[in-house]
Amino acid sequence: MKIKVLAMLLAIWAGSAFAASMSVQVRNCKVRATPSQLGATVATVDYGAVVQAGAVQKGWYPVTTADGKTGWVHESALSKKPIAMRAGTSDAATGVSSDEVSLAGKGFNEQVEAKLRKEGKLDYTWVDRMAAYNVSSDQLMKFRLQGHLPGGAQ
Amino acid sequence: MSAISNLRSQILNSRPGIAGVALLSALSTVMFFSGCAEVSEAGAGIAAAAGVISADEAQSITRSAKAVEKSWQDLTPEQEYYIGRAVVAQVLQSYAPLDRPQANDYLNLLGQSLAAFSERPETFGGYHFLLLDSDEINAFAAPGGLILVTRGMVRCCQNEDELAAVLAHEICHVEQKHGLSAIKQGRLTEAFTIVAAESAKQMGGEELAALTREFEGSVGDVVMTLTTSGYSRKQERSADAAAAELLQRAAYPPAAMVAMLERMDARLSNAGGLGFAKTHPSAKSRADALRAEIGSTASGSDPARQQRFASAMQTIVAGK
Repeated sequence: MKIKVLAMLLAIWAGSAFAASMSVQVRNCKVRATPSQLGATVATVDYGAVVQAGAVQKGWYPVTTADGKTGWVHESALSKKPIAMRAGTSDAATGVSSDEVSLAGKGFNEQVEAKLRKEGKLDYTWVDRMAAYNVSSDQLMKFRLQGHLPGGAQ
Repeated sequence: MSAISNLRSQILNSRPGIAGVALLSALSTVMFFSGCAEVSEAGAGIAAAAGVISADEAQSITRSAKAVEKSWQDLTPEQEYYIGRAVVAQVLQSYAPLDRPQANDYLNLLGQSLAAFSERPETFGGYHFLLLDSDEINAFAAPGGLILVTRGMVRCCQNEDELAAVLAHEICHVEQKHGLSAIKQGRLTEAFTIVAAESAKQMGGEELAALTREFEGSVGDVVMTLTTSGYSRKQERSADAAAAELLQRAAYPPAAMVAMLERMDARLSNAGGLGFAKTHPSAKSRADALRAEIGSTASGSDPARQQRFASAMQTIVAGK
């Protein structure tokens, strides 16, 4: 067990030696204790937040959050492009062109959805109910154990 | 009228003659050679340097050129999420949801535990699953991870492993962004042009209305593909192959997929080409292709899994 922990810390350290800034491109990004979606959550990082990521290993980045927490994040949750949370302001602040920045809040966004809702074109009642079906890592682990499914090959 | 056409007519009206021709030429490059942004940007740069157009206009052309180059692959996970939500809202205008909390809980436990083993486990809003109150044998994967499965499809499965195969196939459509690929390029070009031109300031009412129109069109393209025209045979095969691998990683027998497809083929041949049969290549040809790849067709389920599957099935059938 100790060796496992040591190996994990070493992997995180080795990764962070070549750390690069990456942005969280999903709404709630969970930083995991192990490189697995079933791993325990050590921190949650918001959309647009920047983490320091080491070298990717089989789809998983070892990361350090802004407040110094370390763990693993799957590559599908991260973007190399900075994500500007507000149009206009950040362009000026970072000095990069809009093409280099993923503009959160631009394009097909909540403003567009709000317009469709207001005009009564689409009913989102069940979409919201559906999106509220959330399963925790503990529930997933329990479900797999109960179904005699091992951890599975990651 | 497109933003590019708008820009083109504005400039032509205000600057006639050689200047207009030069600019028209630059714009035509933008419109017809979408793969060559360097050329169009250079054209805009030359026109600006020659004083034919202002620096602002040149910048605008450059932005448009970049927008023309962009495709569905450039949609961010957040944009994909909003498209997926609207796709579901629209599909639910034709299919009623099945309001059985216990069955939907089970579907989400199974689906989300599979998504954890996907090549793309993280989407902007995560994977969520919902049963539809329809006897049609069908399933829909909206962009971003919202997956709808009819009662008829669930009843087509004999055990949890086969239902896992259905969900894995749909998860792989999301993973490979097949829904987004159905959006017509023209709509995206319009949308990206608006976004690029307006990125430095708040979006006004007119831009929002234009963007909403493109959004509605994009959602319509995806819904049309999901419910009527279907994905390409290549995309279906690709989702099948990826699903077999996903099942393997999640410790479910991939052979369950072959068994499920064979059962579906038998049921669909009696259903007269409705639902799934309308939008998917023949289940038999898919089963044959998959069997050639993964071998055995043996499929049976663990007793504990069988018990919880049967229990969920009871709530699905109850009240009908």
